[in-house]
Amino acid sequence: MAILTGRPGPGTSPPPADLSSTGRFGDRVFHGLSTGSGIVVIGLVTAVGAFLLAQALPALVRNDANFLTDRVWQVDGDPLRFGIPDLLWVTVISSLVAMVIALPVAIGVALYLTEYAPPRLARPFAYLVDLLAAVPSIVYGLWGATIIITYVAPVQTFLGSVLGWIPLFSTENAITGTIFLASIVLAVMILPIITAISREVFAQTPLTHKEGALALGATRWEMIRTTVLPFGTPGTISAAMLGLGRALGETIAVSLIMGTTNGAFSWSLFSGGETFASRIANNAQEFDTPTKAGAFIAAGLVLFVLTFVVNAMARVVIERRKAFAE
Amino acid sequence: MAQRIDVKDLNIYYDRFKAVEDVSMTIEARSVTAFIGPSGCGKSTVLRTLNRMHEVIPKATVTGTVDLNGRNLYDRDVDPVAVRRTVGMVFQRPNPFPTMSISDNVAAGLKLGGERNKAVLAEAVERSLRGANLWNEVKDRLDKPGAGLSGGQQQRLCIARAIAVEPQVLLMDEPCSALDPISTLAIEDLIEEIKTNYTIVIVTHNMQQAARVSDRTAFFNLAATGKPGRLVEMDDTTKIFSNPGRKETEDYISGRFG
Ligand SMILES: Nc1ncnc2c1ncn2[C@@H]1O[C@H](COP(=O)(O)OP(=O)(O)OP(=O)(O)O)[C@@H](O)[C@H]1O
Ligand SMILES: [Mg+2]
Repeated sequence: MAILTGRPGPGTSPPPADLSSTGRFGDRVFHGLSTGSGIVVIGLVTAVGAFLLAQALPALVRNDANFLTDRVWQVDGDPLRFGIPDLLWVTVISSLVAMVIALPVAIGVALYLTEYAPPRLARPFAYLVDLLAAVPSIVYGLWGATIIITYVAPVQTFLGSVLGWIPLFSTENAITGTIFLASIVLAVMILPIITAISREVFAQTPLTHKEGALALGATRWEMIRTTVLPFGTPGTISAAMLGLGRALGETIAVSLIMGTTNGAFSWSLFSGGETFASRIANNAQEFDTPTKAGAFIAAGLVLFVLTFVVNAMARVVIERRKAFAE
Repeated sequence: MAQRIDVKDLNIYYDRFKAVEDVSMTIEARSVTAFIGPSGCGKSTVLRTLNRMHEVIPKATVTGTVDLNGRNLYDRDVDPVAVRRTVGMVFQRPNPFPTMSISDNVAAGLKLGGERNKAVLAEAVERSLRGANLWNEVKDRLDKPGAGLSGGQQQRLCIARAIAVEPQVLLMDEPCSALDPISTLAIEDLIEEIKTNYTIVIVTHNMQQAARVSDRTAFFNLAATGKPGRLVEMDDTTKIFSNPGRKETEDYISGRFG
């Protein structure tokens, strides 16, 4: 949260550095402190990356398969043969689908809370949504694997019968603990963070903009479309990316829900698989040799890079929007 | 197209608080009417009832009638959205839509009204920007953000945005208070030019400005803080500033307001 609220939103462009520093004692202390903590954070991130790389390298060197393209995972014995495309696919697709499901719901809820709900109702409702974030992920996992699964099955059957010709919705290798089910549970898990941040940025839309639209003869929805949504777009994008980042790394709920398939790989949402995180968690007891553990750490490294790239992309989008925002 | 406005027995409330009491007045078509009076006397409040922007504020209510073109704006079957397309408004702080380009800002009202034809929109953008005396300054950067203009240019952009939908009435709430003298003059000249086509109501704290631009002046006052504001008198501007009918008006205008 702190990272996000600390971001200069539209309308507050930071002053040039040479103007903000006056050389007073307090300024110098604060300047030193903030530079220092910045360096510490960068150092930590670099150290984590270096650690992962150092641990993964021996395994990668001994890898007989192509790490990026070969769909095998044999880490017993020597040489090892392992590659990540299946993990990458399942991780990315399950998180993306979760975000695609969660984002419109979150925007709708946030708009309802800021623009439509009577104040008396908005507060408790917002509190309720926030409470969703307090539910431990193991509970989500159990909930998905035991309860939601029964409701999702007919939806899957229906989608499969209508859209089955698209590989993404093929029911050929259908199992019960599907990627689709995991996505739905992930969507619920990332809903509160996306809602909370969107709500915050929507609520900051300047009243003068909203009144300007209304005075032009905009209906309430048109007012939202011309002022609230554009104003909130950068914030909503970063909220979505943050949600995506969470979904990418979610471990325990996914490993409880998704059935692992060792058989034929499929592009379908209605099949199982493992994400980076769930594969590592599912095999935690097997880290008996450094090289074997290294294979899993290599997978963790890719997850690390992936999350990094997602955040970087969010920044790029936000920077581009900023040119137009005030 | 310009219309006269008949206000009768207007009482305006913010929740339980009665902000303005018993205002009745006639605002003439094709003229400039100035609202003057001390801070908090309800000038903005009255102005915002003329295009039903008052009710945008939660729990804000109005009693009485505002007749435009012989039709009460507060009749049950009148759509406030339609009212606001007929009665345009310019705010104290320039408020162009920050995510829109200059031309999109001007075209915003027309697009809301459903106009999609590019040629029609482009024509309206040029006409409105010319009308707001801004065309020459921005014609080479119509696709740049409106927020990149100076304060005075932004306010003229907002005027262009308001007149693009060809309203019958234009309400202005202290449109120059955030501007420098040169920009203020530009906007006063503009008001002078467009008053032949519009009914204009302007709120101002600047007596010289009221005297310069308006034909009629309405003086509002309040008995004491916490009491509702009321209309003290309304007359030709020359009369109000030379020979007002009421002592409190004279005191206010001559700066002896206590
Ligand atoms: N949104 C609001 N909620 C509650 N009360 C309000 C609101 N806006 C204005 N008021 C009250 O209504 C009264 C009239 O306010 P208004 O803004 O119309 O005065 P004004 O004449 O425009 O003053 P100024 O010259 O300072 O702009 C004041 O007592 C004010 O406190
Ligand atoms: Mg005011």
